[in-house]
Amino acid sequence: MPRLLKRQSVLPGFGLTVGFTLSYLSLLVLLPLAMLVLSAVRCEPAELLATLLSRRTLAAFRLTLTVSAIAAATNAVLGMVVAWVLVRYQFPGKRLLDALVDLPFALPTAVSGISLAWVYGPQGWIGRHLEALGVQVVRAPLGIGVALVFIGLPFVVRTLQPAIEELDPEIEEAAASLGAGRLQTFLRVLLPMLLPSLLTGAALAFARGLGEYGSVVFIAGNIPGQTEIVPLLLVSAIEDSRADGSYDYQAAAVIATAALLVSFVCLLAINLLQHFARRNQ
Amino acid sequence: MSITAARESKSSRVRTAPRRQRLVVTEPGWMRLLLIGVAVSVVGLLLVVPLAAVFYKAFSLGTGVYWRAISDRETIAAVALTVKTAAIAVPASTLFGLCAAWALGKFQFSGKSLLTTLIDLPFSVSPVIAGLIFVLLLGKNSWLGGQLEAAGIKVIFATPGIVLATMFVVAPLVARELIPLMQSQGNDEEEAALVLGASGWQTFWRVTLPNIKWGLLYGVILCNARAMGEFGAVAVVSGRIRGQTNTLPLHVECLYGGSPESVVGAFAVASLLALLGLVTLAAKRLLEWKAGQTAV
Repeated sequence: MPRLLKRQSVLPGFGLTVGFTLSYLSLLVLLPLAMLVLSAVRCEPAELLATLLSRRTLAAFRLTLTVSAIAAATNAVLGMVVAWVLVRYQFPGKRLLDALVDLPFALPTAVSGISLAWVYGPQGWIGRHLEALGVQVVRAPLGIGVALVFIGLPFVVRTLQPAIEELDPEIEEAAASLGAGRLQTFLRVLLPMLLPSLLTGAALAFARGLGEYGSVVFIAGNIPGQTEIVPLLLVSAIEDSRADGSYDYQAAAVIATAALLVSFVCLLAINLLQHFARRNQ
Repeated sequence: MSITAARESKSSRVRTAPRRQRLVVTEPGWMRLLLIGVAVSVVGLLLVVPLAAVFYKAFSLGTGVYWRAISDRETIAAVALTVKTAAIAVPASTLFGLCAAWALGKFQFSGKSLLTTLIDLPFSVSPVIAGLIFVLLLGKNSWLGGQLEAAGIKVIFATPGIVLATMFVVAPLVARELIPLMQSQGNDEEEAALVLGASGWQTFWRVTLPNIKWGLLYGVILCNARAMGEFGAVAVVSGRIRGQTNTLPLHVECLYGGSPESVVGAFAVASLLALLGLVTLAAKRLLEWKAGQTAV
């Protein structure tokens, strides 16, 4: 069977490796995910709708999408500056700065979670000053945004860096020799060329934000309807069905399936957007 | 100096300048300084401050409290469970990553892009959902969970569930590191080895593996860091029984919910995980440098 699918190659091991890859993925990823969808579908339609359309669920979805989108947009701007500086300029400490960009990837989310909650809290290094200005971060949507900007920044920087490196300096020279100012060159020549990578990076940050749990749970305060994002709502739905002893996880399965659908639709939309951005070049 | 003269001297500098960066295509000095300032403050305030805060808070009640927190019996139990989980999940993902990279990096076949998408799938699933799917599949009320319970095997609220959820989350990591690497290296060297009479295994061990070793090592280190630090997925399956099903990140959460001294303990335990993260970052730099050297 694999012979039919595969184009000729003298290397051995195709059947073995493809077989192992497929079985591993099927058992560990596809089977459990299918179980989730099945549990959601088995739910009574009336109950399903009641769970999905409850005020709490809708508020969680609205909040998650809004804050993730704002955080991704913030990351697009900040990430562009950081990536530009790291590629184009020489300055002392540049390599350290470059290495530090990966911090959110390397720190376990629970660690960044408790740390952000303290730093931006009423006694924390930054929160103390913000409190004096009347800005509340912890237990407010702003806190969720801060956590998502933290977690998403490396996605934008790491996607943009190679794209900025590949820009042909002759294009900028042409723009300059035709009389364009630096800002004009950036906005009208460079930015459109960087747009696909910028979108990819922001999309990755956005997608990560939709599902993020560890770094948000401590700073958000998890007030239903106010600072409860979808992953937090899911955890409380899971705990509810443990607390009442039913262990059926119906509501959690329904919400999780909807959350998966939302992420896939978003990813699909972003892929299409990227496709068009590339084609227009 | 007149404007033309200035322009001329500028352009003559451009012609003789050995650097690729030319004066007409960079920002004015003040702008560069401003942008560097913004970049440094973004990374500093947003990323470095929380890292520094972990260590600051961990030692805020002195080294005595720090030691008590990390040498506590429950902390040691959490370390043991975390190491045990990683000791299963990391080798499994490494084997999976090697297989996936061999199949996708060395062969052309139909459905290849679909398989690539499938490998990436765990990345787009929220960790909480990753935990939930195993609870639904193997929990008390499921068919499979019932069978396992009848056989006396406990998966959810026990170590096997923690390991499975971790394996799900880290599955793509080694594969993602190796697939582009194997693709970029092509098949020429392996084909030459086979033509010269090497067996398939010999070719893999003596030709492919030396070529990918730094990327593989980085993938494994990254996978290990993520396996030890995974929180959301593990939180859902573990039931958070102190001293029994608490991994290090879960223990951090437990301590964080307690008295002020317990909160400091949470930061002390978190500092261990932060150190793991820093070692991972350093290893990344070192391995990139090593890979660059062997490539030259």
